[in-house]
Amino acid sequence: MAGPRVIIIGAGPAGVRCAETLVAAGIRPTIIDEGRRDGGQIYRRQPDNFTRSYSTLYGTEAAKAAVLHSCFDALRERVDYLPETLVWNISERVVYALRLGKLVELPFDALVLCTGATDRLMPVKGWNFAGTYSLGGAQVALKSQACAIGRRTAFIGTGPLLYLVAAQYLKAGAGVAAVLDTSPWSLRLAALPKLLAMPRALFNGMALTLALRRAGVPMYNGVTPLEITGSGEGGVSGLSFKDARGQAHSLACDAVALGYHLRPETQLADLARCEFQFDAATRQWLPRIDPDGRSSVHGVYLAGDGARILGANAAEASGRLAALAVLKDSGHPVETDVVDGQRRILARLERFAQGLRQSFPWPAHFAANLPDDAVVCRCEAVTVGELRRVVAQTGATESNRAKAFSRVGMGRCQGRYCGNAAAEIIAHAADVPIDQVGRLRGQAPVKPLPIAIAEDGA
Amino acid sequence: MSGRFVRLAESARQAVTIRVDGKPVQALLGDSVMVAVLTAGGHLRESEFGDGHRAGFCLMGACQDCWVWTADGERLRACSTPLTEGMDISTRQPETTWPDHA
Repeated sequence: MAGPRVIIIGAGPAGVRCAETLVAAGIRPTIIDEGRRDGGQIYRRQPDNFTRSYSTLYGTEAAKAAVLHSCFDALRERVDYLPETLVWNISERVVYALRLGKLVELPFDALVLCTGATDRLMPVKGWNFAGTYSLGGAQVALKSQACAIGRRTAFIGTGPLLYLVAAQYLKAGAGVAAVLDTSPWSLRLAALPKLLAMPRALFNGMALTLALRRAGVPMYNGVTPLEITGSGEGGVSGLSFKDARGQAHSLACDAVALGYHLRPETQLADLARCEFQFDAATRQWLPRIDPDGRSSVHGVYLAGDGARILGANAAEASGRLAALAVLKDSGHPVETDVVDGQRRILARLERFAQGLRQSFPWPAHFAANLPDDAVVCRCEAVTVGELRRVVAQTGATESNRAKAFSRVGMGRCQGRYCGNAAAEIIAHAADVPIDQVGRLRGQAPVKPLPIAIAEDGA
Repeated sequence: MSGRFVRLAESARQAVTIRVDGKPVQALLGDSVMVAVLTAGGHLRESEFGDGHRAGFCLMGACQDCWVWTADGERLRACSTPLTEGMDISTRQPETTWPDHA
């Protein structure tokens, strides 16, 4: 029989395990990925003519990366794989994509969104200077291109990625100016019982911190970023911050890697009309899903960090679960033991992720203290002061309304890098709870399209 | 200025020459356009909003900060575009001329 037409968007750990599970049940899914190769961001593959080993590229996660890559290689003939393909809209059970300069329309019966995450950003004055990159971006430069973003990089923000990328830079021979964590150390101690849900991951994280300390890298916890100094022409030249005791410091650097853990990429779920709910723990809006990844829209499923920031191991489990949900919903037999097993894995990883959230919280309170002349929207250089003025003068306390007046969220990144912070700035300026500020609606196209494109078969 | 990005490994690749703002730039096969431009110089483009040079931000195709242009005016996302021999890259946005419908 012809199985359901299943489209998976994203070829990271969630997408690959989802595809594997569907193929095992005799379904031939279509996998659409914006990347040139499978692996997603975490298991991103280097270009073909690079020679670094898995161990060099992925460190403690090398074995997992190798297994996932070979899993995908084995699936290649049994899936329809569309790399370098940008999904820019979803409407009425059709995926609209741009592939090799042409628009293509792909109808589906079931759609599994495995869209992953990007860095979650809080502005700091001067972050628009050339040489400031997202933490994830700093990692991509190294992993995918064997480059450092500068001669002397300061790492600032919070989350496990802060230590991972700084340690990877150190190991690769790059200059690390400092590692500055906005989260106080005490939170990590308090979160220890939850972090022990994944003892190996906890150990790996501690080993990274230790390696940085042993190398003499200045490390601070509980910092408040003050300013990235530099010039519009020359870019970044330094960074100033306050330590946990309120003492101001400044250091010289030509690059800054900045990030506050991750945020899910949810624009496509929004265009697919999935319902969202406010997640008080992370102060952001997330698509509403059931334990297996079913969204509020029949036939639309979510898995991986694009649904919840639970990490790569959880992405594999949730990718399998979403596939099993697709199978069950389309009348295929599914063994409940298998579902239960994946759910148990996910529950343990959820506990660990809670520990990470507790250890490395989003510093919402920074928004209140950002100076008026700091840029909040890097795309269009809109300042925090301008956004506050809009809130005060127009009474716009809802994200989309404030966006219409201030243009914050309207630029080329479409709110990916300003949206979380803008919501906090609005909430503080208007003195309303963050959930009342709402969320920026996803708009098609979810990324800018070139003007000269042709319709397929036209 | 000299390059913003620093190569740490994988330097034994085949050399490729491209042009950036009319000047020849040595790069390596497998480089992204972003790496080719930023290992030789400090920026990718000018902010259209007057706050200076930009050199990209996310490197994963999400922020669109790394746009550059080819000599024929085609826009490229530098972080996700592999370079090819003889590429002619401009860090200055081509002048836009709007069709006259009057």
